[in-house]
Parts: sequence; structure tokens; C-alpha cells
Amino acid sequence: MDTMFVRGLKRKCFDGEEDIEGTLAGIKAIPSYNLQRQSLLDMSLVKLQLCHMLVEPNLCRSVLIANTVRQIQEEMTQDGTWQMINTQSTGQASLDRLVSTDILCRSSRDQAEGKHVPAYGTFNKDFENDQAQDSSDTMSTASAVQAPRNLQSSVWEMENPQENKGNFQKSLDQIFETLENKSPNSVEDLFSEVDNSYYDLDTMLTGMMSNTKMGHCDSLETFSSSTNTASNSNCKSDLNDLDHIVEILVES
Amino acid sequence: MEEDAETRKISSSFLRDHSYATEAADIISTVEFNHTGELLATGDKGGRVVIFQREQEVKSKNQPHRRGEYNVYSTFQSHEPEFDYLKSLEIEEKINKIRWLPQQNAAYFLLSTNDKTVKLWKVSERDKRPEGYNLKDEDGRLRDPSMITVLRVPVLRPMDLMVEATPRRVFANAHTYHINSISVNSDYETYMSADDLRINLWNFEITNQSFNIVDIKPANMEELTEVITAAEFHPHHCNTFVYSSSKGTIRLCDMRTAALCDRHAKFFEEPEDPSNRSFFSEIISSISDVKFSHSGRYIMTRDYLTVKVWDLNMENRPIETYQVHDYLRSKLCSLYENDCIFDKFECVWNGSDSVIMTGSYNNFFRMFDRNTKRDVTLEASRENSKPRAILKPRKVCVGGKRRKDEISVDSLDFSKKILHTAWHPSENIIAVAATNNLYIFQDKVN
Repeated sequence: MDTMFVRGLKRKCFDGEEDIEGTLAGIKAIPSYNLQRQSLLDMSLVKLQLCHMLVEPNLCRSVLIANTVRQIQEEMTQDGTWQMINTQSTGQASLDRLVSTDILCRSSRDQAEGKHVPAYGTFNKDFENDQAQDSSDTMSTASAVQAPRNLQSSVWEMENPQENKGNFQKSLDQIFETLENKSPNSVEDLFSEVDNSYYDLDTMLTGMMSNTKMGHCDSLETFSSSTNTASNSNCKSDLNDLDHIVEILVES
Repeated sequence: MEEDAETRKISSSFLRDHSYATEAADIISTVEFNHTGELLATGDKGGRVVIFQREQEVKSKNQPHRRGEYNVYSTFQSHEPEFDYLKSLEIEEKINKIRWLPQQNAAYFLLSTNDKTVKLWKVSERDKRPEGYNLKDEDGRLRDPSMITVLRVPVLRPMDLMVEATPRRVFANAHTYHINSISVNSDYETYMSADDLRINLWNFEITNQSFNIVDIKPANMEELTEVITAAEFHPHHCNTFVYSSSKGTIRLCDMRTAALCDRHAKFFEEPEDPSNRSFFSEIISSISDVKFSHSGRYIMTRDYLTVKVWDLNMENRPIETYQVHDYLRSKLCSLYENDCIFDKFECVWNGSDSVIMTGSYNNFFRMFDRNTKRDVTLEASRENSKPRAILKPRKVCVGGKRRKDEISVDSLDFSKKILHTAWHPSENIIAVAATNNLYIFQDKVN
């Protein structure tokens, strides 16, 4: 089981009785749909990244997660969230930004040209190539971006890592600028910007106050239908887990 | 009560017959009865295969209703961990699937596969041994030829039964991706192996060649959005097979149309319900198992929350949909977070295709009677069932007041998942793998 997101949150055992006092004390604003969607995107990217550290990633799982990421990014592009954030942070023409999302939706022609197909192109080989490139990397953004660059370009296989590197890197920089929201340049900031309520996504459609033992994503369950008023219980995030996440990202 | 009687009809008061824990406490990764139901094979994460054999029925006046029990018949190490030097990756020895061949002589044959290699094993009995060799004595030491004065003919004498498993064929180096399915063809001469992107057709006699019959690998791997999740041959038509995908579709292919079956003959997909759409819709629609009915008329598919029965003649939607654990629908994000949403549950038909069974969490498994539309939830656990005890139906409480025997969704143990089950081909005997324990339940007579 993925224990990365295990938090030391105190959970009430739901026995059908509700703690009214706790309910009133814990009412907070629900995370907005955008924030929830952002959280899901972050989680998915971390998952994709993690699977590179395993022996051999389960291809089906990777494909499903990547499709989810693509879906979120497409939606963010459509409702202008993507574009808006890009414009705010860099002030450049929006057309360039739209190109960057194409990376995940379609492969660019540039990447396809001049490729040879090795018999066993694998992420492991690419990983070594990427590591070699890191020293000459001029990116100033967080190492979190570097790791996803590996994964985006070599989630399953990359036929020709060297040629793809330039295009991909630039585009992913742009993608990840949006993840970091306004200004933060470090991974710590990336996570600290996220509302604490992300870690306690017990928000239920029905407004139930029960805390589940399973996780914190309950507010994200409301994606498919409109959210009614729901309340959060007042739980703190476990920052030790954040440090742990940071360590992993930095080391990769 | 009438209701109870009907519930009993499906579960038919399943008794816990035996529970076996594998010695090394390895997680069971596949369970399969052979074609007569006499043998039950299990594969585990450590690459071992354990075969159980049903003892002859004991009809004694003490236990008039006692049916044959399953005892360990043979154990062998099928696959060993390997290292792929080209990719610098380990190849797990975990047995992904076992499929029996129909019995054609005294020996039993089965196929077992890990991620990369399929092996054909011969399991045979030896209960006689030759004695009276001329050139060696009974201990096996060579005799001095000059001391031999008489020639004798060795004779076969009975010995303790010994069951030997020998690998007869090794089908290797044909899969770049992880093998998820194998299926023996009804011609008994060929079989197929399916990985994430390709399906290969083998002849049992030829190990250095296989035909690629399905290839969905895109030219550019970055365009990959769909993988093969399961595949099976039609039980009677040796030219027909189906394969399922991670997008919730099933394709039926006819090998007579072309050498490469990239074009399907039939395409089964249910239109998506727009009201249920979420970011997890695709993941939960991914099919984890596909099984033909014994009749060959229907296929059954398992996705994360449901089991569906499809009529081969109707491609646009299933004829039956059964909710396995719909109470998890509101927990999908948590299940995504802890990776449970990617669990691959299997599903099985009973011998007459009237009941289907699949597993769930908390060591629960579910049975659906297709005729009466009744369903039951049972639990495979030592604490909750003594030997010979009748299994009590379980219920998950989804909200509101929880009754005494019910379990609330939040109390479910998601580490106890029943992914693999098997149903005897003709009788109401089921095998349920709960992590590293195997449970066998039998129908109570009368």
C-alpha cells in the first residue's frame, strides 16, 4: 500500500453517532473544485513518479494514472484555468501555453522525427541518460520538475531520449510552473501552498461528519456531482510526511 | 423464512471444509480447478505451485454425507526469480496464472506462467519401481562386472506413491511486457499468452516460435492510452477469442479472418453514464477479468465495482450488471490514494452458468444467482467459521444505523482482498484464496 500519504490524523470511529460539538468546531470552507482537482493532479504525478522507483512499473496502472492526469489537464485547459495561471505567472502569449499541454495529449512531430526504435527501450536506460543531463541542466525550478520530466518522457518507453529532451523539458517547465501556482520555487513551497484541508478531504456530499479510516480524499469524490455544503473537520496535516515526500523528490 | 431458504439456495449452506495455509505463508496468486474438479492448483508469489487432490468419496455409515476432501498432492517450484540484464530489472517469480490441459493419459498437464515465461508441467504418479538390476545393486552402487555370474530381468515392485512434476516445455522470450493471461484452446494443440500490449499464439510442441495475433502497441509509446488486461479462448470455437482492455471494452476476434487479429469481429462496450462521470470513471471501468460461460454463449467481465454478463450477440451493452461493492463508489479517491483502485479481481462461473462469484475486500466474496437475482456476501476467515460450520451471510452497512451483525464501510479491511476464486466444474465446491490462506467450501448435502 502506498503509505506516503498516511497521516497521523486522529480519526473518530464512526458508529452512527455524530459528535455534534466536533462538527461545529470543525466547520471550514470546503476546498474549491479547482483545488481538489489540483490535489488529484499532484497525487497522480507523484504516483507516476513513484512507480519509476519500483522494480518494473505495472504498465496498466501507469497508463490509467497518466490518462487521469491527461484528463485533468485537458479540463484545466478547457476551462481556462491552465491558460489563466500561465498568463499570470509569465505574461506570455497563451498560444505557447496551449502547446505545452499537447505534450501529454499528443506527441509532437519533432519528437517523432529521426527516431530509431531500439529493441528494448526502457525507462531505466533513459533514467541514466537523464541523470547525466542533470549536471548541465539550467532549470532553476525545483527538482520535482526534473523527476517528472523523466517520467513524462519515459513513462513507458522513450525511443530516443536525446532528441526529445529539449522540447520536453521546456514544455514541462511550463506545466510545472502552473503546479507551483504563483511564485514558489521549491518543493516545500509547492506543498505548503496547498490548503491544509487537502489533507483532510473528509468533505462528503451529504455533509456527513464521519471520518473515514481510509483517507482524505472524500471531497474529491464529489467531482462527478455538484457539491452541497459540506463541512470539514479540523484536522492538521502531518508535515513530517511532507518532508518525506520532499526527500524522495529531491533525491530523484 | 422464504427469503432465507432462497439465500441458502445459492450459498447452499456452504461449509468450510478445510483451510490451508501454505508453508512459506506466501500470498496465493492464482487458483484453478482442473477439468474434472479432481485437482485444484494454486500458485503463489514465491513461484511455487501446490496441487490438491480430492480424495475418493468415503461412504461410511458414520459420515454418510461426507464428501471427498482436498489434500495436498504435489508441490513444486515452478518459476524462479530472474534478472533481466538488458533492462536491469528483476523478473518476479510470482505465478500469474495456471491453466490445466484436459487429461489425455495417466499424467496431468498444466501451464503456469509468471510475468515473462510460460511453462508446461507434467505431473505424474509413480507407484512402482524396478528392482533387480544387473549392473548395480539396490543402493545404486555399481557392481563389479567380474562378480556377476547370473543375469536376471528386473521386475517392477510396488512402492510408496510418489508424485513427480517435471517441466516439459518452457516458452520464453516472447513477451516484452507482463503476461496477464494464458488460455488453452479447445483444439488442445495451441494456447495463447497475453501481455499488456500483445497476444501470442503457441503450439504446445514448439517452444522457440510463437505467432503474434494481437498487437496494440502504438508506434509512439507516448500515445499509449490503453492496455490489454485479460484474454480467453472460446470454449468450443477454436478460432474465436476475446480480450479486454483498460478502457472497459471487450473485443472478440476471429483468427480465420487474418493472421494479425488487430481488427475485431465484435466490439463490446457499454456507453458511459454521464451522471456518474468522474476523474475515476476510466480507472473503475478497466476490466480486470474476462471469462466465457461454459456454454460459450456469454462472457462475464469484472471491473472495479461491478460484474457484467454480456451476450455475444449483443455488443452495445451487457445483459446483466451486478454491483459487487457499490458502497465504495464514494470512496474512490481514497482507494486511488492507497492504490486499492488498481486491484484486479477475478470472477468465475459455476458449472451450470447459473451463479457467478467474485471477491471483494475484508475477505468477503460475493455470489450472484442469475436466475433468482439473489446475491449473498460470504466471508473467508478462520475466526468467523469453524470447520463444518455453515457460512453466515454478511452485510455491509452503508450509512445510518448499523445493525448488530453488519460491518460499516469504514471498518472494512482493505488489505484483506479476495482476488482469486475458483468453482468446481460440476459441483458446488469453491476455492477462495484469502491472501496466503486457501479456503475450500462445499455445498451441504440436503
